[in-house]
Parts: sequence; structure tokens; C-alpha cells
Amino acid sequence: MKNRMSRKRAVATLMASAALAMGVAGCGSAGSSASAPAGNVQFWTLQDPTNTVQQAAVDSFNSAAHGKVTMSVIATDGYKDKLRTAMGSSHMPGMFFNWGGGSLNDYVRAGKLAQLDPGLESHFLASALEAGKVGGKLVGIPCRGTQPVFLFYNKKVFTDAGVQPPKTWSDLTNLVQVFKGKGITPFAVAGNGTDSWGELMWIEYLVDRLAGPDLFKKIQAGDWSQWKDPAVLKTAQMVKQLVDSGAFGTKFGSVGYGAGGTSTLLAKGKAAMVLMGSWEYATQQSTNPTFAKQGLGYVPFPTVEGGKGDPGDVVGNPTNYISVTTAAAQQTAKDFLQTTYSDSYVQGLVQKGEVPVTANAGQMLAKASDPAYAQFQYDLVRKAPTFTQSWDQALGLTLGTPMITEIQKLFNGQDTPERFVSAVLALKK
Amino acid sequence: MVSITSSRLVRGREARRAAPALERPGVAWAIPGLVFFILFAIVPMAGVVYLSLTRWDGLSTPQFTGLHNWWRFFSDGQILQSTLVTAVLLVGNILVQAPISILLGVWSAGYQRNRAVLSTIFFFPLLLSTAATAVMWRQLLDPNFGIPPKLADLLGGNTDLLGGQKGAIACLIVVTSWQFIPFHTLIYQGAARAIPLTLYQAAAIDGAGRVRQFFHITLPQLRNSIITSTTFMVVGGLTAFDIVLLLTNGGPGTDTSILPFAMYQTAFRTYDYGYASVIASFLLLLATGASLLLVKISGYDKMTSTMEGL
Repeated sequence: MKNRMSRKRAVATLMASAALAMGVAGCGSAGSSASAPAGNVQFWTLQDPTNTVQQAAVDSFNSAAHGKVTMSVIATDGYKDKLRTAMGSSHMPGMFFNWGGGSLNDYVRAGKLAQLDPGLESHFLASALEAGKVGGKLVGIPCRGTQPVFLFYNKKVFTDAGVQPPKTWSDLTNLVQVFKGKGITPFAVAGNGTDSWGELMWIEYLVDRLAGPDLFKKIQAGDWSQWKDPAVLKTAQMVKQLVDSGAFGTKFGSVGYGAGGTSTLLAKGKAAMVLMGSWEYATQQSTNPTFAKQGLGYVPFPTVEGGKGDPGDVVGNPTNYISVTTAAAQQTAKDFLQTTYSDSYVQGLVQKGEVPVTANAGQMLAKASDPAYAQFQYDLVRKAPTFTQSWDQALGLTLGTPMITEIQKLFNGQDTPERFVSAVLALKK
Repeated sequence: MVSITSSRLVRGREARRAAPALERPGVAWAIPGLVFFILFAIVPMAGVVYLSLTRWDGLSTPQFTGLHNWWRFFSDGQILQSTLVTAVLLVGNILVQAPISILLGVWSAGYQRNRAVLSTIFFFPLLLSTAATAVMWRQLLDPNFGIPPKLADLLGGNTDLLGGQKGAIACLIVVTSWQFIPFHTLIYQGAARAIPLTLYQAAAIDGAGRVRQFFHITLPQLRNSIITSTTFMVVGGLTAFDIVLLLTNGGPGTDTSILPFAMYQTAFRTYDYGYASVIASFLLLLATGASLLLVKISGYDKMTSTMEGL
């Protein structure tokens, strides 16, 4: 759930080693804050379609303000590694694009980030700001659209079977039997190596529905023993039941995310549903445009009977953030952050298909290419009591990566639910 | 010859002084290579050994923790599994690649035109990068849209070849072999062409058939090449991780997480550079030890020629 692009390309990892091998040389070329004139800020952003919107914001800012912002667009592959290397050197950027949550922990602990003005908070949806805070302090300001996770389904497959999308967990388990009987995989899920974060989404939602968002909040805050909570074991058992009942088919362990994987299975009607982030729509649009337009349905994750969590809660990527480092000219950075909720910037994002998390975004969604879909996401996030950030992002890679491996083992049946719990508990020493 | 000539030309003390200078070039000549080696091999190795004694996340300054990482290493069940998988892959690769490349190499050493054409085709995978190969094979092995579903009957209905440990290891061996057999074939082709024809002619007169000639002339003559090629396989196998990264990503679960992959994960995914350095040091020891052992038991260090008596 990191970023759709960064995960798709495993080659990123090759770049990582290259980036490290290049070391300081590679970072130096991206601009040195030390040698920049006073008032100037180097801004690193991730390469994607919204770059033009950002560039426009930077240009208009530069033409008016005293300070100057220089934007460097960094390729998705290896972005995190490049950033990490730069942050460890004397050439760190003044502002940078990031995923919030745990990815910022290390930087805050190392004293690299500036605390941002709490006055900015009122311009954004509250649930999207959580992941921009570390230890209650605001260090990241939303700069992109939101990417909640929910259920996508193939409308035609549902019509043919004469059934409705699930509203409750028992609906869901019934549907598993219905589709299995028809030889259709009920849920596509990507369980292959780099893509097994698709399995994590199930765990995130089940834990939230069963125990509420506080359980993971405590884990994220550092109380690792919370994994012993009965809700975690119950979640693992429910996953095992799902797997054993054939809800994911038998081959999911080698299925990847996206085109050629889960998205194709759904579009071709080989699978009935998929639990995925909102970017699934864009993926379908680029590979199966007709299906995206006519055949793709979406509903929130079902409620779980007897669970303590609020059924309105969502998980996923609240949004992406801009953080300011101690190397930046603080006044310039502070002024620039105000552009992230300006009408022209938000409008630009909407036209690129994003659903911004600013307070003023609601009235602009009518101009989106699919207003109904944009509104669905905006309402989902706006009404959500809690928007839990993807756990791997929230925990940071150090714990997130091995945790996903354990989840993979649970889904593969290599670990029992009990062993899953003890294995995850053992990850933090 | 040189010393004799020079002693004839120059007499007395001068001759004794000039002769050794001509026989051995000065140490100065080795300096460029030596500097390069020290800078890019010895210094990083020392750095890795130092880092293995620290706790470092890449951002702050490394903290010295003594042997803590090493104790953790020797009680880590995951490392044991990784070492075993690495060994299985290594042995499996040698067992598959060596016989095939010897046979192919010897066959392609012939000068017939059809062999030349076919050899060119065999060598094709060598031109592709491992990354490209792995991505291509991933598509081919896809359980839903690749080749396995077309062969479902042959495979007994199990089209998810990468979904289990045995299947995943087998796939890794097949793909690695597919890519590297051409390279080893090339070594054997060259070596086989260097075998003097007179040996075969003599053997033919003595009444030895093709098979006998192969086992009694070709194989013994290829001895040094076999050692070279096997050393490449061992050292390459201990350090190759790109194929694992792209084909299985260490999965299912951690079933194909070989040592280099575990090292990569620890360093660049979980930012535990100290522990990753322990794995790196261990790999270094393993690879050096393995190649030394190979040279020792094969007598390669004595460099006896296979041409003796010819």
C-alpha cells in the first residue's frame, strides 16, 4: 500500500544498491542546501502525474514570494533509499515528499525535521493528518490525494450469480461459497513476494473491525506486547478460515498485484472481488478501460458482527506528505506549505484524478473525471472516525518488512495463527 | 635465455646486478593494481567488519556494540535456513549446469557449420541481463496467465510452480541454469578446441570408441576448465541474489531467502546495517573459504599442465 508505483517495480531494489554505491556523489548532484543562497529551499518530490500541478504551484510561489523553491523530481524507483542516504549526509533537501507515519520516525529521532505550524491543521480533514504527526507533533502536511482501501467487485459476475456485494462478514463468507460453486475465485489477493501487502490489508481491516483502532495505535506507539491481544489471534484465525474455505483460491501465493495479476483476474471475471486501495480504479482504467467504466463496482469493507470497531473506520494511505528539514530556510518553507491547500492546487489535483484531503476539496470534486467515484472516497474519508495508515507505512520498514513476511506465511499456511502471533511478537527485540 | 645472453655481453659485477632486474619487474609496477584493490576491496571489507560490531541505521553515527550482532547471528534460525537454502541452490546449480555445459561445450567445439549456427542460438541467453531474464520468467511462470496453466494436465493440476519451497527452488535452478549454461559452455568449448587432435587419432588407432574417448581423453583434458568453471559457479552462487529478488523475492514466506538476499533485506529494507554487515562478513568468509578449498583439493594451485608428455 506504499505507493502503487514503487511496489510494482522490484527493480527499485536494484536501484537502491546502486544509489548507495554512488553514495554522496549522487546526492550532491541533486543540490546542496549548504551552498544554496539564503531563503532558498530544495524540494524533492516523487515522479508521478501530479508533478505538473506541483511545478505550477512552485512557479507561482517563486514569482511572488521572497524565497525561492527549487523542485527536483526523483524517479519512484529507489526514492526512499536516495532520500535516506541524503538525509544521513550533509546534503539533505529542505523539503521532501513522503508517506508519513513510521517513515518519519527515524528522521524525527535523528533531529532532522522541523515542527510545523499547528495552525495549518484546520485546512485539512482531521483523519488524514494523523499520519503526518510523530509523537503528537505535526511534521508532515498533506500534498496529494487520499487512498483508502475498500472492496472492488466485478458487477457482471455479481449480476450473473444474482447476489449483492457483502455488507457483513457473514454475507462475505456466504459469497465465498456461492462463487466457489461457480468456479470463480471469490477474492483475488496478491501474495507474491513484493506484493503481499495486499494480504496485510485484510489483517488491518479485521483487527480494526474486531478491536477498534486503538489496538494498533498502541502498537505503533511502541507497545509491541499488544500483539498478544486476543483480537490479533482471532483475526489470524479468521484469515485461516478464509484461506481454508478457498476464498482466495489456491494460487494466490504467486499472484502479483495489478495488470497480469489481481487486476486482470478481477476484470476477466476469474475473481469476483478484490480488497485494494483506491488506485485500483486507475490501474483498471489504464489496462481495461471498458471494465473500469462499466463493470467495476466498489463498496466499503463489511462490518464484522460482534466487533468493537466502528464500521465507518477505514485503512489505507491517508495521503502523502511534505516534510520540512532543518536544512531549509524555515520562512520560505512555511510560506510554501500554504500553497498545498490553495484552490488552484487542489483543483489541479482533482483534475489529475486525485481526491485531495483539504477542507475545500468537497466542492471541487464535481469536476473530477468520475465525480461519483471521487465523492465516494471523499465521503468515506470525511465520515471515518479513524483512518488507520497502512501498518507497514505506520511502523516503518524496519518492522513493517518482516511483519509482512509473517503475514505471507500465515496466508500460505506455513504458520498457524498461534505461530503467527508469536512470530510477530518476536520481531521487536 | 635472457640471463645467459646478458652475461655474455656484460662481464663481472655489472652482469650480476643487471640480470635480476631483467628477470623480475619492480614492485612499482604492481602499485596501480594494488591501490585499486586496497581501495575498492580491502577498505570496504574492513568497513564491513567494523560495521558488524556496531548498531547503525544509516542516519545517526554507528554505535559500537561489540559482538552483540554476532551472537544474534549464531542463534538466528532464519540464518540457518538461509544458509541451507543457499547450499541447496549452489549444489543444485552445479549438478545441473556442469554436465550440460560440458556436453554442450564439447559438442559445439566441432567445426561443423550447423554446430556453429546452433551454438550462436545457445549463447543467446548470455546476452540478456539477469534482471530482464527474471522478469521474463516471472511472466512465463505466472500461475494464471503464464505457461503452467496451459500444461495443467502435465503438471497434475498444480500450476503454481513458485508457490511451494521445492517448486520455487527448482524454478530458480532452471532459470539460473538457462542463463548461465551458455557462459560455462563457452569455457568448455574453448578448452575442448585446445585438446590436440593427435590424442584422439592415437585413441582411434587403439580402438577406443566415442564414449571411451570422451571419458579418457576429453574429460581429463578439461580438468583445469572444470575447476575454473566450478569456482565461478560456487562464488557466483554465493553472491547471486538478483534472480531471487526478482523471481521469488525470497518467498513463499522466507523459503528461498538465500544469504545474499537476507543481507539485502536486512540492510536496505529494515536499515539494520550492523546485522547486515555480519551476514556480509559471513558470506565473505564462506566464498573465500569455498574457492580456496576448491583450489586446494583440485591441485589447481600447482598448475600442472594437461599437456605433459606431448
